[in-house]
Amino acid sequence: MTGGVRRKNPILKTRQPTLPPALRSRVALGMTAGAAVGRLDLQQCEQCGTVQYPAREVCRSCLSGQLVWRPQDGLGTLLSETVSRASMELYFRERLPWRVGLVQLAAGPTVVAYVHAACAAAPADVRVEVALDRAGQAVLVAMPLDAAVTLAEDPRLHDMTCDPTHRKILVTDGKSEVGQAMVRAFAAAGASQVWVGHAEPWKQPPGFAALAELPQVTLVPLDVTDGQSVTELAGVIGGKVDIVVNTADHHRTYGIAGRRGVETAQAEMEVNYLGLLRLAQAFGPALRGRAADGDAGAVAWVNILSIFALANFPPHGTYSAAQAAALSLAQCLRAEMRPAGIRVVNVFPGPVDEPWNQLVLPPKIAPKGLADAVVKALKATVEDVYPDPVARDWLERWRADPKTLERELMAASPSSAG
Amino acid sequence: MTAAAGYDDVVVTAPVTVPYQRYSTKGAHWFLGRAVAGLLDASGLPKSGIDGLCVSSFSLGPDSAVGLTQHLDVSLRWLDHIPMGGASGIVALRRAARAVQAGDASVVACIAGDANRVDSFRESTARFSLFSQDAVYPYGAGGPNVSFAFLTAYYMRTYGATAEDFGKLCVAQRSNALHYPHALFTTPLTLDAYLASRMIADPIRLFDCVMPCAGAEGFLVMRRAEAERLGLPYARLLGAIERHNPFPDDPIQYRGGWVLDRDALYAQAGVGPRDIDVLQTYDDYPVINIMQFEDLGFCDKGEGPGFVRRNSFEVGGSFPFNTCGGQLSVGQAGAAGGFLGIVEGLRQVTGATLGAQVDGARHALVSGFGMINYDRGLCSGAAILGAA
Ligand SMILES: [Zn+2]
Repeated sequence: MTGGVRRKNPILKTRQPTLPPALRSRVALGMTAGAAVGRLDLQQCEQCGTVQYPAREVCRSCLSGQLVWRPQDGLGTLLSETVSRASMELYFRERLPWRVGLVQLAAGPTVVAYVHAACAAAPADVRVEVALDRAGQAVLVAMPLDAAVTLAEDPRLHDMTCDPTHRKILVTDGKSEVGQAMVRAFAAAGASQVWVGHAEPWKQPPGFAALAELPQVTLVPLDVTDGQSVTELAGVIGGKVDIVVNTADHHRTYGIAGRRGVETAQAEMEVNYLGLLRLAQAFGPALRGRAADGDAGAVAWVNILSIFALANFPPHGTYSAAQAAALSLAQCLRAEMRPAGIRVVNVFPGPVDEPWNQLVLPPKIAPKGLADAVVKALKATVEDVYPDPVARDWLERWRADPKTLERELMAASPSSAG
Repeated sequence: MTAAAGYDDVVVTAPVTVPYQRYSTKGAHWFLGRAVAGLLDASGLPKSGIDGLCVSSFSLGPDSAVGLTQHLDVSLRWLDHIPMGGASGIVALRRAARAVQAGDASVVACIAGDANRVDSFRESTARFSLFSQDAVYPYGAGGPNVSFAFLTAYYMRTYGATAEDFGKLCVAQRSNALHYPHALFTTPLTLDAYLASRMIADPIRLFDCVMPCAGAEGFLVMRRAEAERLGLPYARLLGAIERHNPFPDDPIQYRGGWVLDRDALYAQAGVGPRDIDVLQTYDDYPVINIMQFEDLGFCDKGEGPGFVRRNSFEVGGSFPFNTCGGQLSVGQAGAAGGFLGIVEGLRQVTGATLGAQVDGARHALVSGFGMINYDRGLCSGAAILGAA
């Protein structure tokens, strides 16, 4: 345990979070759907292929009403730029100045974009990427062609990320293989403090003792099925946590017919759904209250869910249902955290290579791969993460037609449905 | 394309300015209403003598021109609402002139005005247009300063314009404004002070930016016989053009719609650029002034900087321009900024200036530009006013 509650100086006014302008037309929100997974989508005409920007209702060229969002490479020329030293919005005024520019995309349109500090002065070749800003809305960023340059290297744009470096992180269950991998990944990423929740102190799984030796790590008692345990921990560290990573998971492999009674399903709901609710009620207000603390502020909430949240995988039927409930609640959490600029990142792995997926055929994502994907997501600006091939395959099929996926899953393993 | 018919004996008269205020708690209806009162006062007409009304305002909402008719209790047989910002004056003049020419109205009051409360500029910028809301405002909320910074930087790089060129125009306009009673800026501006002013959005400096304010402008459009009956000094409308979204394939704006229509304008008016005695451009940022010098045919594209260096722009200079000080020195009263040049041009050719008079001004060219809907100004227009 670290020391007691850090008390705020009662004379200092608590800073209120400010956000960039969030207002968008409905049609423009299409860009946000791609940005949520880190993909630049622009509208393209199904009739004539013309790429459109800003978002339109009809094709600027042939006036067809069939515009669809399609991935773009973002390559273009920075035509002109400025350093904006004044702004009408508080969020920008607190962070002036901003480098912004006009980029002519090779695909056609001219776009207004933030310009990364590493870009050469106009005229220059750039690659336009999409990012989620602190209001959770999609914005365009002109990046240098060198793919190694990251958003976080620009101090203004860094604010859009939830970079775990120098941050204080709570991993709610550090005993599972996923939890342990997550703690190690955050320590490696430069987190200044990792609180590691552990229920049932008498259980000492392999590797856990070594984890506690890491200099950043502090073990804290936390049982997400116990409201008092959650509340007590929030009282002690709630005012210090920058990122909550909810790894608590209860996973059994039953459908309906294979099990009498509801105890297993209840246990899954207690951890995966009600556990998230308890955490959100206890830690959510504290995070929102610290969202404006600048670089040291609260920035993100990560939920390790499952791709089974999208559609029920009958061999893990009750678990899928608990995941669906957790996903629904995570959407509510996202809505409630958004006014403070706290990003809720939902992670949807396919089967993880851990004991309860023993009978699932590969490919399975290793806990370390999952943890690395979470760190990478926080360093970028995405809010939905599909970290492995099975997850991405499910997503594609679910997006194409949820009903077809449902039928496929009736007689299937997750990696080879159909 | 057949040439547009001329405007026959349609005239413009009764220039009216409702004095500008930096901030005002009064609404747009106050400024527009006082503009109509000013027009009645100037013309001696009763309210019932006006049978047409053309309104431009950003801050009249939720009302449109219709609501204003009841607010002011005027009964009309012709009504128009021109939401085109800096081009609204020219467009209003064109609409009104055709209405009078065709007999749809006898006397049209053209008015533009806006309120300016402390936060109203931010609100109107945030929701200026759908494209702006979706794809410009979220990027730093710098407003028009940033949009014009892009165009200015590009123009400077491409055609070699310098800060000194822009500064020369700003200094000349301020010099002109010192004689004009309604200018909000009342102290001289030196080139050194211009160059030393702080950067707002590089290369845009503080003194490149207009100051938003409240105020209104207005004029009357009628037949010559009516103006003579009323004993009003008037200007003839010799020609007028407008253009919207002129070059959609230009990746960035370096020219305006005037390029497409200036030949028609001069042909309709029967005069050329050399016959113009005084020019009133839409001066929301100096680069747009230079663009208008070029696109209206006073010099070729790209020769604007040289043109600025060769000429002097004060009222007594080689190229009298924005003779009341323009928006840069008078202030930008919203849509009234699109009327300022017409009202001043009218005063110049009727010898009724409130400030300095250009000797023997017989032809005034007035130009409008407006509506940065996304990355460029979409509307352009121009009119040539001739002395009676
Ligand atoms: Zn099309």
